[in-house]
Amino acid sequence: MSNITAHPGLPRSALRYRKIRDRLVEAVLLAAGLVAVFTTVAIVVILLSESAAFFEHVSLKDFFTDTLWTPLFADAHYGIAPLVAGTLTTTLVALIVAVPLGTTIAIYLSEFAPAQIRETVKPVLELLGAVPTVVFGYFALTMVTPALQKLMPELPGFNMLSAGLVIGLMIVPYISSVSEDAMRSVPRYMREGSYAMGATRLQTAVRVVVPGAFSGLAAAFILGISRAVGETMVVAIAAGMQPNLTFDPREPAATITAYIVQVSLGDLPHGSIGYQSIFAAGLVLMGITLIFNVIGFSLTRRFREAY
Amino acid sequence: MSAVDIAPAYRDNAKLRRGLSRRKLLDRVFVVVGMSVMLICLAVLAVLFVDLVRDGSARFSWNFFMNFASRKAEIAGILAAWVGTSLIMLVTATCAVPVGVAAAIYLEEYAPKNWFTAIIEINVTNLAGVPSIVYGLLALGLFVYQFNLGQSIAAAGLTLALLILPIVIVATREAIRSVPKSIREAAYGLGATRWEVTKDHVLPYSTGGVLTGMILGLSRAIGETAPIITIGALSFIAFLPESPVTSEFPFVSFKWLSDPFTAMPIQMFNWVSRPDQAFQANAAAAGAILLCMTLMMNGVAIWIRFRFRKKINW
Amino acid sequence: MQTSEASDKVSARRSQETSLQNDNKAAAASGTPRISIAVDDTRQVRALNVKAAVDNLSFYYGQHRALKNLTIPIADKQVTALIGPSGCGKSTFLRCFNRMHDLQPDTRYEGSITLHPDNLNLVGPGVDPIEVRMRIGMVFQKPNPFPKSIFENVAYGLRLRGVRNRATLAEEVEKALRGAALWDEVKDRLPDSALALSGGQMQRLCIARALATTPEILLFDEPTSALDPIATAKIEELISTLRDQVTVLIVTHNMQQAARVSDYTAFMYLGELIEFDEAAKIFTNPSKKATEDYITGRYG
Repeated sequence: MSNITAHPGLPRSALRYRKIRDRLVEAVLLAAGLVAVFTTVAIVVILLSESAAFFEHVSLKDFFTDTLWTPLFADAHYGIAPLVAGTLTTTLVALIVAVPLGTTIAIYLSEFAPAQIRETVKPVLELLGAVPTVVFGYFALTMVTPALQKLMPELPGFNMLSAGLVIGLMIVPYISSVSEDAMRSVPRYMREGSYAMGATRLQTAVRVVVPGAFSGLAAAFILGISRAVGETMVVAIAAGMQPNLTFDPREPAATITAYIVQVSLGDLPHGSIGYQSIFAAGLVLMGITLIFNVIGFSLTRRFREAY
Repeated sequence: MSAVDIAPAYRDNAKLRRGLSRRKLLDRVFVVVGMSVMLICLAVLAVLFVDLVRDGSARFSWNFFMNFASRKAEIAGILAAWVGTSLIMLVTATCAVPVGVAAAIYLEEYAPKNWFTAIIEINVTNLAGVPSIVYGLLALGLFVYQFNLGQSIAAAGLTLALLILPIVIVATREAIRSVPKSIREAAYGLGATRWEVTKDHVLPYSTGGVLTGMILGLSRAIGETAPIITIGALSFIAFLPESPVTSEFPFVSFKWLSDPFTAMPIQMFNWVSRPDQAFQANAAAAGAILLCMTLMMNGVAIWIRFRFRKKINW
Repeated sequence: MQTSEASDKVSARRSQETSLQNDNKAAAASGTPRISIAVDDTRQVRALNVKAAVDNLSFYYGQHRALKNLTIPIADKQVTALIGPSGCGKSTFLRCFNRMHDLQPDTRYEGSITLHPDNLNLVGPGVDPIEVRMRIGMVFQKPNPFPKSIFENVAYGLRLRGVRNRATLAEEVEKALRGAALWDEVKDRLPDSALALSGGQMQRLCIARALATTPEILLFDEPTSALDPIATAKIEELISTLRDQVTVLIVTHNMQQAARVSDYTAFMYLGELIEFDEAAKIFTNPSKKATEDYITGRYG
């Protein structure tokens, strides 16, 4: 039997070196973590400071009540309403498409589909969500619009309808994936209680699982809304870039995001009011996103089921 | 004495059966509906892809890859675009991966559970939901003007790095979390410091997840157009940036970082926006290539995740 | 009213205790702490060399007091077992020795565990937990080898301590694997993955891993509860052979194991020490009723 002899422990200095190295490493890692905080702060600071410069020239009242948005014209108007209308209309169209489709797919995958189908379909749906948005924009312009024009001959080449439809299709994977996760986490005993009373799968899904997963579903919808509101390329390509105060999806319009792209494509000197206007527009965009996130958060809190 | 008499209506078995068959029919209808909806969405993806390839088929040639953009649709190519994309991705990966992995390590292994850590975590979650064009605005104000990087490849790379940072952080955290606590305990028990436990055990065993996160992040970055338009991508570039590799000492040059740039999605956007129908074919071709690259990267990421999961089964 | 016989016994007992105390004082003065266990007339006084003296140790999770004023001597190069029902604090107590609790937030120690001959208080506020863990080794309940090769598993502790020389590593690894009775089974497959071993082999590998760093105390936290009976027997045999070479402190749920393997046994209940004595005495003729109830299975 071998003899396990004791030998002295590590010298103190080596241990001290290891500890100092540990502290340095921790500082570096913390700095990396703070990059996220720094990014948020930077976004807020930049949006606010450039918007402040913008609002030195434009009154808040004009900004919110004027019905024309023509900052680059000689007769400049700075009403944000047309851009907001464009954003909200395309988002609404997108949601009308995405919410039913996404939720149906989620219910089907979570409550009905056999495991094999689920395992095959989920990654493919994920791929759908990975397609670059320019490609979807191309799709909207060259395939969806002509197809819609066959149904509605007076539909203009640029319109919010086809942009909205394609955005809806784009966010289906997000909604279905988050909703499905929420539904799967509803505990088995809840379903079993319903089945034991003689309910069918559909009844259980609709009456027990969906209400039980409501907070997760709300999170999914909010995620979808945020994506739709922030979408840029599809609307820039397919909805046109003319600000137009209307809620009729059959007309062309510019969203907040499309306007920012339009200005960026041009050549605006740093510090000019046109340059500052895109930051003001961006601030409004963040404001809309924030409102939806807060609504979503409070919905999630109110309906959170404690399992 | 008889037991409680159940109302006769509930005892009508024939009626129960009729109601049941109706509900079961609805059930089956829903299965059909569900499957069709799913198939529609998947069909759209297929149609999109086929369409792109078909529309762009006229342009697929070696010249397409090696030509610059041009006023003539037939000879306009994506050389500047894919070189630009590659260089930008190089910057993005170099910045996002170390910072993202480091932040994830901090949050999982080091951070105490207090309000300070919560703030960092909230920020990471928040940033994942910020519209990509806002990153462009941030970059415009900060990188282009404040840091004076100009409208350059460096600025574009940094912008996209910030954009995909949350993706890398989340994927790395998940990979780190899947390393069981018992391994850490064993390492601590032998007298390892926290960093030694991380670098000797946690990181090596979560490499698969880190790689997956990196590739998923890059595949997202490749397709992003809005942020880099905002900082001033050009779409008519008839020259390439300076090569990073030079023929004389020290064999590496950084001049390309400050060159103006274009990228694949920008080129496609530019071509799609032209009224001239001929350019639609170019756009389709570029789109097909872009889509291929994205899907391939996603596929590789999923494969890596699968391979690494098999290698170490806890 | 005492009879003269009884009072004789009492005074004999008192003088014995006084001489014991004098013995201890002399021993402490000379630097080798020993304590003597109280005995009755029929047994010899047994002095044991103390490796670690636990003195009034209390441990707090937040506000909750998990260990209450424990005072136990841990004998040098002997096997001490901790037994008691679930939740009595034996694992908690074990983990105080190598400061594993420091990895959790909001934990606090009171009292001391004095490691001899250095007189180091293992749970002292100024004492670095890393240094403690470099001197105290631990084997866990569920075998947890690293997903590396067998060689690298054992060598890891040595690498942490700065050993780089390949020859030295190979030599120490072989010593440790022999010490864990695993060498013959793995000597031809040192580069193979440790995860390919059986459960019992993995646990012996973990023991080898801990032995490689020549710990002053080796802690075992229910080392065989996840193993089959054959593997369990091998490990119990191994622990018996480790006696005289390493100080062993073992927590076990299995009383028969404690009886087979240990020299000294401590019975704990609800965070307190109920009885500590030589194993033979605890299992045949315990002094406290609570101990007897536990031993005879009146409660688990």
